[in-house]
Amino acid sequence: MRHLWRAAFVIARRDFTAVVLSRTFILFLLGPLLPILIGFAFGGLGSKISSTDLRPVVGIAMSAADNGAIERARDGLTQRMGDQALPHLRPVPRAPDPRAQLARPDSAVVAILSGSLAHPVLTGKAEDLDHLQGDVSLLASAALAERSLRFVAVDRQEVATSHGAQAQGQLVIGRIAQVVMFFLTILLAGMILSNLVEEKTNKIIEILAAAVPIDAIFLGKLMAMLAMSFVGILFWGGTALLLLIMLGDGVANLPAPAVGWPLFLLLAIVYFAMAYTLLGSLFLGIGAQATTVREVQTLNMPITMGQMLIFFFASYAVDHMGSPAEIAACIFPWSSPFAMIVRAAQDGAVWPHLVAIVWQAAFVALIIRVGVLLFRRHVMQSGGRWWRRLFRPTTG
Amino acid sequence: MIGDTQAPASAPHQPYAVEGHGLVKTFGRFRAVDGIDIAVPVGAIYGILGPNGAGKTTLLRTLLGIIDPDEGERRLLGDAAPLRMAPNVGYLPEERGLYPSMKAFEAIAFMGALRGLPLAEGRRRAKAMLEGHGLGAAIDKPIRQLSKGMAQTVQLFGTIVHEPRLIVLDEPFSGLDAINQEKLEALIREQARKGVTILFSTHVIAHADRLCERIAIVAGGRIHFEGTPAHARDRLRAQVRLRTRAADGGWRGALPPDATTEDGTWHFALPDEGIEPLLRALIDGQAGIESLSIERPGLHDAFVAIAGAAVARQMRDDRPDRTEDAA
Repeated sequence: MRHLWRAAFVIARRDFTAVVLSRTFILFLLGPLLPILIGFAFGGLGSKISSTDLRPVVGIAMSAADNGAIERARDGLTQRMGDQALPHLRPVPRAPDPRAQLARPDSAVVAILSGSLAHPVLTGKAEDLDHLQGDVSLLASAALAERSLRFVAVDRQEVATSHGAQAQGQLVIGRIAQVVMFFLTILLAGMILSNLVEEKTNKIIEILAAAVPIDAIFLGKLMAMLAMSFVGILFWGGTALLLLIMLGDGVANLPAPAVGWPLFLLLAIVYFAMAYTLLGSLFLGIGAQATTVREVQTLNMPITMGQMLIFFFASYAVDHMGSPAEIAACIFPWSSPFAMIVRAAQDGAVWPHLVAIVWQAAFVALIIRVGVLLFRRHVMQSGGRWWRRLFRPTTG
Repeated sequence: MIGDTQAPASAPHQPYAVEGHGLVKTFGRFRAVDGIDIAVPVGAIYGILGPNGAGKTTLLRTLLGIIDPDEGERRLLGDAAPLRMAPNVGYLPEERGLYPSMKAFEAIAFMGALRGLPLAEGRRRAKAMLEGHGLGAAIDKPIRQLSKGMAQTVQLFGTIVHEPRLIVLDEPFSGLDAINQEKLEALIREQARKGVTILFSTHVIAHADRLCERIAIVAGGRIHFEGTPAHARDRLRAQVRLRTRAADGGWRGALPPDATTEDGTWHFALPDEGIEPLLRALIDGQAGIESLSIERPGLHDAFVAIAGAAVARQMRDDRPDRTEDAA
């Protein structure tokens, strides 16, 4: 076993240095920063857009007194509810037929309120009326009760924690971790697909296969790519953290995950490694069967769709902790890391994570072994029924 | 993942470095190795000779544990699990392969590291080997910048950098110019002097003739001859070439029945009773001997005769399961 790990380490070191010391690795590191920077840029733009007036404008074509009353009512209500809570009002000329007025090209309102405060008539498209009817009713009622309407003061009683809010926050943390893990996995694990093509096209596989067990080649390649991923994650994570610190203390407002921050972060790293190696070992096994880069490219699409399915399954399941779907997501090896990280955010029990990690690691070993035997069978044209050799020594 | 792969020392006083008994390897319906028994003595230079597609590479790959036989047993340096002996074995495959972006000395050290040599020591030895063979300028160059011959030399150094006890070379001379072939022969002899067992395959007989203590002639997945090159040559009788002034005479009756003539020169195998009775008949019959030579057959002739006969037999047998190419 020591020989196997030593050989795997030799392969891993070669692959890791070949990737990390290449010029293209700088592009690899900088590439994902673009979306982060664009995200921040568009985040600023988004908040600017959201601060601009997006509420619909309703034309008011009632008597001057009614128009004034409803405008005052709106002012009073928006002081308490916020400016975006209610539609904007704009006086328009009174016309016998508001429908004709709305049809005019210069009409800048989505609906026209006519009639009187006691009997308001709202004219507009059905879907706009569905949205506006309640707001207009509230405004008209408030306008009618203008003189008698008194706003009741609400006393504030503040608490440091709220279980409901905390549970909600923990679910959000779990989901964020899940999405980040998924994106990192989909970004990085796909590279493993083409990992053995170089060895096969350069005929190096013959030298490797004569010197070390194929298991060591697979294991070494996984180790190298995982290590390369951690370099990337360290770089991207560090940059993102720096940006967050520069932009304010948003992180400080997050509630602590159920297992606590230190253990949660450790589990996030372990589960990412597990998700990566689970998918990576599968990709390596599939990619090893391919003989050309073109074949690998063709395999990319169905594999990405498979990854998406796993993520959707894990994402759907975690909404209902303890449900059969969530337990199934925790057990199914490929969705297990994604489901378990959300569990770590919501549930303080540690033992399920130990069980899950052992379970996932066992599957990594099993997938590597199956991949190796299929590689020997179909690529090296060696060995008979591969499943009979599943638990035999690797030395040949 | 499973099993102990730590390399043990092979059994002391092991008479054979490589053994194979009843080895069979099929690809689909094609029997690339068809019941081969082989034993390579420790310290020998042993050649596996055969025409293209004879099954030489498959045999070597099977013996090394790269592929498993369908039938039969193999032992490498006394161990039935060949990969366990990998630290003591060097292998140069027929299809050369190196990482193009790797520097020459790193490539050698990497190949040594695969077989258990510490990387630092591998680098040190790699630099010494390259400098010692006049390739100091190539030390820091990536493989892709080296000529084909230099890259092959780098791979050869990678094969021996960990000082193996057994070196297996598959068609090592192919692609090398005459000078590099000479260097490789010298290197093989040097390794053999150190007590290293050398097993190599070739279809160029001259190298085997110069180097090998024992050879196996393989054709159609089977060994048709195993022994010393001298024994292989002895399988063929010496050839006599005779030129006489007289075109005809009573002496003609003394020539063997298989004698043929071309441009006035007779060719025939040396008779079992020797050349003296024939000489006497030629003198007595006044044949007028212009020239007479007895040529001992070379290994090349023996190879052509043995392998050619095997191939002819194979074609005569018309076995449809031998029509595919060897892997």
